[in-house]
Amino acid sequence: MSIIFFHVPKYIEVKVKYLEILTNNILFGLVISLAAFEIGIFINRKTRIPILNPLLIAIALVMCFLFAFHIDFDTYNKGGQFINMFLGPSTVVLAVPLYKQLDLLKKNAKAILTGIFVGSVIGILSIIGISYLVGLDSSIIKSLVPKSVTTPIGISISSQLGGLVPITVLSIIVTGIIGAVFGPTICKVFKIKDKVAVGVSIGTAAHAVGTSKALELGEIEGAMSSLSIGIAGIMTVIIAPVAYNSAVFIYHMIK
Amino acid sequence: MAQGIRILFFRCLSNWRGTKVKLFREALIILGIYLLGELLSKSLNLPIPGNILGMIILFILLCTKVIKVDNISTVTSFLLDHLSFFFIPAGVGLMASIGIIKSTWWQLLVVCISTTVIIIGVTGMIVQAISRSTKKKNI
Repeated sequence: MSIIFFHVPKYIEVKVKYLEILTNNILFGLVISLAAFEIGIFINRKTRIPILNPLLIAIALVMCFLFAFHIDFDTYNKGGQFINMFLGPSTVVLAVPLYKQLDLLKKNAKAILTGIFVGSVIGILSIIGISYLVGLDSSIIKSLVPKSVTTPIGISISSQLGGLVPITVLSIIVTGIIGAVFGPTICKVFKIKDKVAVGVSIGTAAHAVGTSKALELGEIEGAMSSLSIGIAGIMTVIIAPVAYNSAVFIYHMIK
Repeated sequence: MAQGIRILFFRCLSNWRGTKVKLFREALIILGIYLLGELLSKSLNLPIPGNILGMIILFILLCTKVIKVDNISTVTSFLLDHLSFFFIPAGVGLMASIGIIKSTWWQLLVVCISTTVIIIGVTGMIVQAISRSTKKKNI
């Protein structure tokens, strides 16, 4: 600090020292995340604008804070990993809303399975097509193919195809946030009003992050979205290599 | 069979009385199933991750009535009501990988937004169309 600024008053140095003590504590990551989420909920309640999603605001605030005070991600993650730890068991208990809506699931089984299957196939083909059109190279296209499934499944598909895992993780999280923020709006635009259809589409496109939004919309939407995470994930494991290889084959045929 | 397992299961649990430990018992059931899922995924080298297997196992146990929803309701509603909060560290983690996408960030964003719209639109319309046609048939 004192190298950058020439005349550093004594109290700033003291502040830097305290900042270090603060950030080295594991509680730092927890407290800053909680505070950021609290602010996010407050802004969201006041404005009611979908893009001002509490999760998005919280992520942006934490990032800004870390950048502003030159704190690296690992320091934040000492506390952050404890929050991350809850994601595993949260996925497991998604079975509960699903079980509560068992009758609805049985009644719509055909519609749900067909929708997820066709949605995943068209999704993967459009990922390959659009990535090619905007000029991304093959290693990045491979990493983007599993971007709509839950992170652990996505990582294994990406490495199987020979993609770059960090890009896969990044695209999965970005997709999830986009789905959670715009999902309900997209459904309105396409005139998707059926609760089952809303849930299934958000879950198929935006995995667990989207499901967190679907659960807020209602119990049926949440249940259908949780169901879609698993089914879309398992289907994508099978579809992704086939779709990618046939796309490459078609590309070579045309050329 | 399922009834037998259930009776055995709850005879063990009912000895452990008191509402104060209810949370621990619920956490035990959920984390136990999660651990089982992880073990199956790792030991059988399945492409399906442990948490998804855990979800399937819990779903089967709920359907066969080995576990009742009430047995895990407190922890379940805690986890599901705060699901979006748990994604904050993963989202903040993006800052660590910003460096690798410096040159292609806008292409990636275009792909992510456009394909999310396509997948939601296609999936939703298909599910809605099929479920409407089956409803009409039933009427």
